[in-house]
Parts: sequence; C-alpha cells; structure tokens
Amino acid sequence: MTEMNMVEAINFTLKQEMEADDDILLLGEDIGKNGGVFRTTETLVETFGERRVVDTPLAESAIVGTAVGMAIRGLKPVAEIQFLGFIYETMDQISAQAARVRFRSAGSLHVPLVIRAPYSGGVKTPELHSDSLEALFMHSAGLKVIMPSTPRDAKGLLCAAINDPDPVLFFEPLKLYRGVREEVEEERFTIEIGKANVVKEGDDITLISWGAAMAETKKAVQLLEDSNFSIELIDLRTIVPLDEEIIVHSVEKTGRCVIVHEAVKSAGVGAEISAIINEKALFYLSAPVLRVTGFDSPYPVATVENDWIPNVNRIVNQIKQVWELSLN
Amino acid sequence: MNWIVQDKIDIVPVRRLNEQGELTEDTVLSENDQLRVYKWMVKARRFDELAVKFQRQGKIGTYAPLSGQEAAQVGSAFALEDEDWIFPSYREAAACFVRGAKVSSFFKYTMGHVHGGILKEEGIFPVQIIIGAQALHATGSAWADQYKKREGVSVAYFGDGATSQGDFHEALNFAGVFQVPVIYFVQNNQWAISVPYHKQTGSKSIAQKATAYGITGIQVDGNDAVAIYETMKQARSLAITGKPVLIEAITHRMGPHTTSDDPTKYRSLEDDKSWAEKDPILRFRKWLEKRDLWNEEQEKELIDSIDEELKQGYIDASEAPAASLEDALGHVYEKMTPRLLEQLSELEGREKGQ
Repeated sequence: MTEMNMVEAINFTLKQEMEADDDILLLGEDIGKNGGVFRTTETLVETFGERRVVDTPLAESAIVGTAVGMAIRGLKPVAEIQFLGFIYETMDQISAQAARVRFRSAGSLHVPLVIRAPYSGGVKTPELHSDSLEALFMHSAGLKVIMPSTPRDAKGLLCAAINDPDPVLFFEPLKLYRGVREEVEEERFTIEIGKANVVKEGDDITLISWGAAMAETKKAVQLLEDSNFSIELIDLRTIVPLDEEIIVHSVEKTGRCVIVHEAVKSAGVGAEISAIINEKALFYLSAPVLRVTGFDSPYPVATVENDWIPNVNRIVNQIKQVWELSLN
Repeated sequence: MNWIVQDKIDIVPVRRLNEQGELTEDTVLSENDQLRVYKWMVKARRFDELAVKFQRQGKIGTYAPLSGQEAAQVGSAFALEDEDWIFPSYREAAACFVRGAKVSSFFKYTMGHVHGGILKEEGIFPVQIIIGAQALHATGSAWADQYKKREGVSVAYFGDGATSQGDFHEALNFAGVFQVPVIYFVQNNQWAISVPYHKQTGSKSIAQKATAYGITGIQVDGNDAVAIYETMKQARSLAITGKPVLIEAITHRMGPHTTSDDPTKYRSLEDDKSWAEKDPILRFRKWLEKRDLWNEEQEKELIDSIDEELKQGYIDASEAPAASLEDALGHVYEKMTPRLLEQLSELEGREKGQ
C-alpha cells in the first residue's frame, strides 16, 4: 500500500498498464515532456519514449479519430482531452464513430479506447474548462462513462477501462486531483465498471452523487449525521452502465432520495436516476426525489462559481426539504 | 516581397490513356491485368445501373451511384496488396469489390440488414456516412501498422466535399507530423450533392493542399484507369516507407448524389455530355480493342456472366435471415448492459403476449 492522491494514482496506473502491455500507448496535447497540464503523465515519456507517449498537434477530433483507427487495428490507445469542455470538438469521433463501430460492423470490429479528460469546478478555471458533460455521453449508446472520486477508485477503474473492449470515457475531477490522499494497493487490481459504491449505509435518506460533487456531498453528510439523519451515501463511480440495482435497493430501504451532481439540471443524469426510481420503486417512496445540481446556464465565471455548483448548504437544505415533504 | 501566389502553383495531372483510347507512354500494367481492370470496371457499372433500378422498384433502399468513377476506384484498389486496408465512404462499392467484397454484402447493406457491408476479412472498414471522418481512422490504422511493424498501407477514400471538413485537414496534419503509411484518395467528382467544386474551395486543386501539411500530393486523370493504377502503385511505395500521399483523381459523378437526388436542378446537359465523352470504361475498351485484346463477343459474354453474378448476389441478400432487434441490441457493447438486457426481455415478453 502506498499513499497516493488521484494524480499519482492515475500516473501509477498508466505506467503499470503500459509495462504490462506494449499495445497501450498514450496520445494527447502536452502529455510528453510537460507531463500533462495536471502532471498525470509525468515521467512517462522518459520511461516509454515518444513512440508510446505521443505529444500530438492541437486537434481534439484528430486525437480521438486517429485513436479509433488505432484501436480497430489492435492497439489500446489512451487519449487525453486536456479539459472536458474541449471535447465538443470531437463529438462526432466519439458519439458517431467510436461508439458505433461495434454496432456498424455487427460485432466484427471493436474499439478498445479510453478517453481521459479532467473536469469540474470550484478551482477558478477559464470558460469551458470546468463543464460536467457526462449526460451527453450517456445519451450516446455504445460508450461507457466512468467518474471516480477517490484515488483508489481511479486506479481500479482506470485499469478496468484500459482493458475493456468498448470505448470508455474516463472523467477526472480536477478539484479532487490533489485534494485527497489515501492508501492504494500497488498491485494491479480492477474495480468492475458499472458497480456503484455504497460509501456509507443509512436508513433515512439515499444520497446519490459521483465525481467532483462527492467532495461537498461528503461534507454535507457529516453535518447531517451531526443532526441525527441516517444517510445512505452512494458514489455511482460509473455513469454508464448505471448501477440501477444498488439505487433501487437503497431507495426501497430508505424511501427517500436526493441526487447531487455538478452538471446542469435539465436532462442531467439526475433526471435519469429519478426516472428509474419512478419506474421501479415508486411505491416505496415517501417523498419526491429531489436534485441538487448546477443551474441551467453555461458554467459561470469564477466569481460566482461557488454559488453555482452544489455546495454543502444547498445539499443540506434539499435533504431537509425531502424530510419535510415525507408522508410519514 | 515573397507572396505565395496561387496562380503560380502549377499542377499537371498524370494522364496515360486519352479519350480516343491511345496510351501516351508504356505502362507497367500487364495485358492480363488490363483485362482484369476492364472487367472490374464493367462489373461496377452494371452493379450501379442495377442498384439504381432496384431502388426504383423498391427492392433496396437509398443508394449512392458511382457511375463515372469506375477507373478511379478500380484502378486505385487494384494497385493495393492483401495486407492493406481501405476506409470507404458510401460511394465506393467498386473499390470494395476489387478488394473482395461480395455483391450480396452491398445489397444487404442497402436493404438495411444488420450484417450488411461487414468486410473485415477483406481489409475494408465499414462504410462511412459522416463526411471525412474516415480520413482519421485510416491515419490511426496506418499508425497501428507502423507501430506493430506490419507491412501495409491504409487508404481513406472520400470525395471533394470531404476536403472542406476539419477531419480532412486534421488527418493530413497528423500524417505530416507522424509520417505514417497512409494514402488519402480523393475522387474529385465535381459535386458535393449540388455544390460544385469551385464553391467547395478557393484553391486551384485539392492536390496542392498536401504541400501545406508537408506530405506528397499528386493530381491524376480520374477517368484514366492506367494513370490511376500507376499513381497508386507509386503512392503505395512511398507510403509504406512512411511518406503519406494525397491523391486527387479528377473524375465526374454521372448520376445523382443518391437515388433521392435530382441533378437536373443544379447541372446542365451540356456539362454531362462533355463528361460522358470522357467515360472511363469506353476509352479503356477502345484501347483494348485496338490491340485485339477485346471484341464484341467477349463483351457480350462478360455482361452475361456479370448479370448472372449480380442476380445471384441479390438473391443471396434477399434470402438472408431477416435482421432482428436482438441483433441490433446485441452489438452495442461487447456484453449487453443490464439495461439492454432488460429492454430485450421487455420485447420478448411483448412478443409472447405477456
């Protein structure tokens, strides 16, 4: 076991996987000598050379489109998009190309590709550096979407993503890159894609969150526990496939649910979870499912971002609201 | 001041076989291969005419005709080796046939069959609909060959319209920087649906765009199968050593963009007539006939055997088991997700009347 933050865990995993499999290569902007703008690929070019750690021209569509071509011909590329907000530039290559190759070829070709990108607010980045865009990709059949919130999860899930035969989007909360340190196994291990983590069991309310929003959510849970609420906290970890079983099972137990995500509210992943609960656990509910989310605006300028992203107060207030609305 | 002046960029297309069927220089294409190229072109034309007819009769869905582009497609694909890969758009049936694609696969594709157009075994990537996207896939495929030290080139096929797309430029830029064994084969057929070449780009040629990216460019008479074959052969030798090539084949789409399009709305009969005189198949036939390598009787036998083969291809496609929704849902991920499994069982339940 070694204590690592998320950046170190990602760097460690990339190195470990590249040592295990020569077909893995990295490509992206500034990932070579610069080691990535967040240092996630630091020293890897010294270890593996420019053949396997490729500094590309500044072209997001080409990074992903070229990686799709590599993947169908037997490589396992890990592409980095420098900030998630820049992924719009490559929407076609992700949603219309990578996601559909298996379908288009009736299963004869596949794309074992990982696209890594940092996202999340609260760190005063310029425009389009912080956006949470997981819902866009949840809407594109054929992709998997992973959003870890801890160093250990990042390691286990990234290892699983690299060895997954389908295209995987791996979104890293830059707010949590260095904010948390924990003991992580050095040995290779995987965390199953599609399995949520019950961080804490509780009886009163199911609180569901993932990625960057887990930071404020955990703080809120601490405050609520002090006020004698028994919260069941679920970290989704994987957005696609979604662990419906754990969600439904938990809501059947608690009868109440609040979802916290940083992305805008409209047509967000929270809406999908709410719909699943409506379909599968309606009669267990004693209060409506509520959401704490970003507002329906573009991600705002730095001076107002702390009011925009779900903060402890808004989460606590929504939990109390659910409690007050409860039938029993 | 050293302005780069567009008018001073001098592009001379490669040409071997003129419209009268006269060859200007010797060719490396053997007599036997000349006959093979000719037969592929005739097959492509007959397939095209039949596919349009079948669409009109409601036997197949929307189809994108290729007539006029037989030399470009056959000549280029004929110059490739078994280990090479091609990344076609929806108008490249002729190139795919030369690579070994079955006629029935193409009919199945146009009939909306899940298993239509899957040609992995022939080194053919599934047909691309999004214009220009395959230029990047070919680049990555070439990269993978080079990385894994396999001998082979990857060829992206697309039209002049695709050269306006960002992916085209990003692909050429990557190729210039990383020097991978890739060939970009543009069939400049003069029209991107209804928009003519001169409204697609302000540059005098597509071939010259290669220069901006540090790769080799060449323009060739796209209705001259001999010139196309020889150019592609040389491009392959260059590409295999890590020198990417952009080939612009000047040709003409004789028919509509697809069976849903009406070209009389945007182009003149005179224009069509002048291009008809440049028909790639006629000039090749004249060339063969002048040297007694081909005659009327052989032509008739060829047409009969092609028609028989096409008919059989259609029958095979028609008799293929109907596609099911299960087929479709089963190819989204390697393993069906819990949600897809649930949706499939909902469907099965409905079919059982539950």
